[in-house]
Amino acid sequence: MTNDTGGDVRLSGISKHYGSFTAVHPLDLTVPQGSFFALLGASGCGKTTTLRMIAGLEEPSGGTVHLGEQDVTVLPPYKRPVNTVFQSYALFPHLDIFENIAFGLRRRGIKSVKKQVDDMLDLVQLGEHARKKPHQLSGGQQQRVAVARALINHPRVLLLDEPLGALDLKLRRQMQLELKRIQTEVGITFVHVTHDQEEAMTMADTVAVMNAGRVEQLGSPSDLYENPRTTFVANFLGTSNFIAAEVDSTSGDDVVLKAGGGKLTLPAARCSAPATTGGKVLAGVRPEKISLTHADDAGGIPAGRNRISGRIAGSSFIGVSTQYVVDSPVCPEFEVYAQNVDRDERLVPGADVVLHWNPAHTFGLDAAQDIDAGIQEEAAS
Amino acid sequence: MTAVNWLKRNLVVIAGLLTLAYLLLPNVVVTVFSFNQPKGRFNYEWQEFSTAAWRDPCGVSGLCGSLGISLQIAFWATVGATLLGTMIAFALVRYRFRARGAVNSLIFLPMAMPEVVMAASLLTLFLNLGAQLGFWTILIAHIMFCLSFVVTAVKARVMSMDPRLEQAAQDLYAGPLQTFLRVTLPIAAPGIAAGAMLAFALSFDDFIITNFNAGSTVTFPMFVWGSAQRGTPVQINVIGTAMFVVAVLLVLVSMAIGNRRKKHKA
Repeated sequence: MTNDTGGDVRLSGISKHYGSFTAVHPLDLTVPQGSFFALLGASGCGKTTTLRMIAGLEEPSGGTVHLGEQDVTVLPPYKRPVNTVFQSYALFPHLDIFENIAFGLRRRGIKSVKKQVDDMLDLVQLGEHARKKPHQLSGGQQQRVAVARALINHPRVLLLDEPLGALDLKLRRQMQLELKRIQTEVGITFVHVTHDQEEAMTMADTVAVMNAGRVEQLGSPSDLYENPRTTFVANFLGTSNFIAAEVDSTSGDDVVLKAGGGKLTLPAARCSAPATTGGKVLAGVRPEKISLTHADDAGGIPAGRNRISGRIAGSSFIGVSTQYVVDSPVCPEFEVYAQNVDRDERLVPGADVVLHWNPAHTFGLDAAQDIDAGIQEEAAS
Repeated sequence: MTAVNWLKRNLVVIAGLLTLAYLLLPNVVVTVFSFNQPKGRFNYEWQEFSTAAWRDPCGVSGLCGSLGISLQIAFWATVGATLLGTMIAFALVRYRFRARGAVNSLIFLPMAMPEVVMAASLLTLFLNLGAQLGFWTILIAHIMFCLSFVVTAVKARVMSMDPRLEQAAQDLYAGPLQTFLRVTLPIAAPGIAAGAMLAFALSFDDFIITNFNAGSTVTFPMFVWGSAQRGTPVQINVIGTAMFVVAVLLVLVSMAIGNRRKKHKA
């Protein structure tokens, strides 16, 4: 299916209802050609339904799907130039590996498949297993067969539905790199569905974070992580600390917030809440951006940093870093990750400390949302 | 003491062999007596070895004719019941429709109904419809009672099939027909084959329902029953033994093919 190389995947106002339940709210999404795109979200957020609508396995309740200029909304799956790597692979148990991979070519009436299949077996490093049945392979090998079976058709888009979900952690890390390598090598657009935020961030160029049938935020992994615009994104991707604050004033490119008795500064560009004086804002900061200084040394902290005081409630040493939980008047359980470079022996539970960080690492969110959104989901996955 | 130990160690084997003997003894008797040369009309006492019956299996008038009718009915009943039963099984597993639960239970009713009651009721039905009793009424009855068994066998297989396999086939450019022929059917085949074999065996040796609804047609089981009143020809044993041998050969061949595939894979 290489006759038409033009194209992005364009979803316009696409939605899906099951009876009264709305799995996907009207959604606009463009996946640029050749990119590695991830749909990230907890189970039941509509990411798999969205993927299946691109594949044609699910009929949209509304909206259109375009591949390049072609409207494929009403095309059945077997007429779409897209292929899917299914969750748990769905390899044909009655066919051997070679025939599994050749399946798509044969259905399109291509007679001489040997060379292409052999090339594909080499790409996924399964050459010597060509005549085995799927159940004779390990999980990781089956996963590679599923990828090869889809890729051999040179689809315009490869859809991956939680392809690494069934693998153990170590193999998963390995396959993430492997898939990334294959994508770079073949240059086909990959749309990857996952609930694993680390997986999405490792592999994808662009991540769309989905929640309850909507895209919460779309961007590069670092953009999503550094500059989340909702509490869901802030909590689902990594960990965030939130301080309930109020806008005090704006000065130049900065917004100054009042929190407890102190002041916090953040760049106006990083504040997604309206910066009107007196407005409520959640000031967020990632645990690894924060430095921890014993209260006795507080004088040595450079001026211009955001600072709050607190008392260490607990700490756990995990090798490369130490994770502290700090009780502060403005935030009950502040998480701080400190690299174990120079450990201060006085930083033990009960010690009074000052937390300080670069104002540029602060992000401001609208206070009118659930501060814990996205936390449960991640813990459950 | 050593004898007791030996017994303990081989208890499972001994029990197995005894059960097997129990199971196969009637077959052995059938085979042995197919080489008998009875005095008189009844083949119930061993007299002397003879291959006369084997050399002339159709020597008894009406026997081979009844065998032919039985084989024909069994063949068509198998075809009909397997086709319908497979479709019913797929419908019951794959689709949600009104009264699906009810149909699911109703399918089992013919198995639960006492056969002789069913046979008499069928006769009532056919007579009231004014049907001519014979080959067709037997065939209709056989397809009916074989259906439940085919549905049960195929359903078990289809239930264990992952519907994503068919989606994967469609995703890989196979249209509905190709998907069915290349993926659905081959994977469901063992269940369908089991159902078909069951249907053939059930139809071939059914006596009660057939006897009620046959009119003047005589099937093999009816022939055996009828001749048993007047005397049992050795040829009955010959036919029985032959059927048994064919069945054993089929099993051996399928096992050999299975073994070769396994070796080929490894």
